[in-house]
Amino acid sequence: MRTYFQRRYLGIPYVLFMAFFVIAPVIVILYYAFTNGEGQFTIMNLVGFFTSGNTIGTLLYSMWIAFIVTALCLLIAYPAACVLTLSHIKRKNAILLLLITPMWINFTLRITALKEVLTLIEGNMALYPFINTVIGMTYDFLPFMILPLYNTISKIDADLPEVAKDLGATDRQVLSKIILPLSMPGIISGVTMVFLPAMTNYVILDMLYNSTYIMGSLIGSYFAAYDWHNGSMISIVLLIIIFVITLITDRFSADDEDRKGRNLL
Amino acid sequence: MKRLMSKTWLVIVLIFMYLPILMLAVYSFTDADNMGVIGEFSLDNYKRLFVTPELRNMIMGTFLLAFGSAVIATIIGTCGAVGAFYSKKHTRGALNTINQIPVVNADVVTGFSICIFLIVVLQMSKDTFVPLICGHAVLSVPFVYLSVIPKLKQMDNSVYEAALDMGARPHTALFKVVLPQIRQGIVSGFVMAVTLSLDDYFIATYMKPATFDTISTYVVNATKGAQTEIKTALWALSTVIFVLVVLAVSVMNLNVRKNTAKEVNDA
Repeated sequence: MRTYFQRRYLGIPYVLFMAFFVIAPVIVILYYAFTNGEGQFTIMNLVGFFTSGNTIGTLLYSMWIAFIVTALCLLIAYPAACVLTLSHIKRKNAILLLLITPMWINFTLRITALKEVLTLIEGNMALYPFINTVIGMTYDFLPFMILPLYNTISKIDADLPEVAKDLGATDRQVLSKIILPLSMPGIISGVTMVFLPAMTNYVILDMLYNSTYIMGSLIGSYFAAYDWHNGSMISIVLLIIIFVITLITDRFSADDEDRKGRNLL
Repeated sequence: MKRLMSKTWLVIVLIFMYLPILMLAVYSFTDADNMGVIGEFSLDNYKRLFVTPELRNMIMGTFLLAFGSAVIATIIGTCGAVGAFYSKKHTRGALNTINQIPVVNADVVTGFSICIFLIVVLQMSKDTFVPLICGHAVLSVPFVYLSVIPKLKQMDNSVYEAALDMGARPHTALFKVVLPQIRQGIVSGFVMAVTLSLDDYFIATYMKPATFDTISTYVVNATKGAQTEIKTALWALSTVIFVLVVLAVSVMNLNVRKNTAKEVNDA
């Protein structure tokens, strides 16, 4: 009897790789988050996180920033995606590519460019740290909102709005009763793709002279202070937030493709 | 009127996105130190990119790292996708879930956790570049996996069986039959892996050797310093990368279009 080579064995290197570099690190930070310097089990790191005004303040501040940035991205990207898909524009593909090309350009270089422009406009940038952070993040994350929105809106049957109009619906009703509900999966995946980075990407704040901490900066500063235990606790808190967001969004997003984010090519 | 307004919005968004990059590009060709200062035409910034050893090494290193980690990620991700595709349903489900972890996770957390595991627990040295390369591979493997899976789903499975029936050895059939059919997914996975590595800051900052810089870590440090020569050289770098990305995106897009056109014709 001939033994067949089984194609599923090809998955073994992948499984080992993921076990070693994805699962193991998560287990390690779980361990560090719930131990102290002597290696004894403790929940003090967790208690510390929720009782310190500092860390809770940072959590709230990063959620506030993330909320504003996400809302702004949505407000800018949604009309743009609608116009691009629903109106009769030539070269739609080229414009879409232009809108999302920035996501492949190194973000530190793009923020540098933005910084020069902001300096030119504002004079002393350091005077407006919050506004600059919001502008910087919106600038950085906008393509990640546009792509999923475009993907879902372009899949809406083009006849639907036409039919609705024939039956007497106003433009406003077409938008609120047809386009908006059907583009929900795109909105959800766009929001997840912007909200989390906005809570954690502290380099944008650093580069734009905003010295306030967001969740990412906490990890960075604990890391710099060799405090693995508290750093791990922050990571765990973020992992839980991500987990909750994923649970909520999985209910809404029927479309798996959009979660790939950059995968347009 | 309404149509005009809606198009105006698109134009405004495009201006918002491209004005900074394009202005930087214009100023990179002058000897001005700041935007708004009128300077004379000069290619000094570009020359400096190639003659300053510090800058040259940093750029070369970043691209080497991107290609190296992308090759590793492409091999592992492709194998994983093929393996998962032919596994039992619940195994596949589990693999898909694990694959999502680095995708949805914040880069800071990914970088921090791998760093704690490799460098603090396993005492691996950052100077070996192993943590850095592996870290970037972690970032990209899931995306390669995700871009190969759809191609496997579209593949005509009976051709592989037919090849085996006609006496091809499994690995021959795999290379000659399966691989060509999923090639497009592998290529776009690879390109994505390269761009993810080029874009990364957080993995690099936690895992790079102290003497090594990627473009991201270098730029972030340079913005804190006040060396104008370096600053304006980075304007040139930004312009070069912008042009490269636009070229790559156009080429890839033309390729995809050609392939879809071919598929339509073949059908």
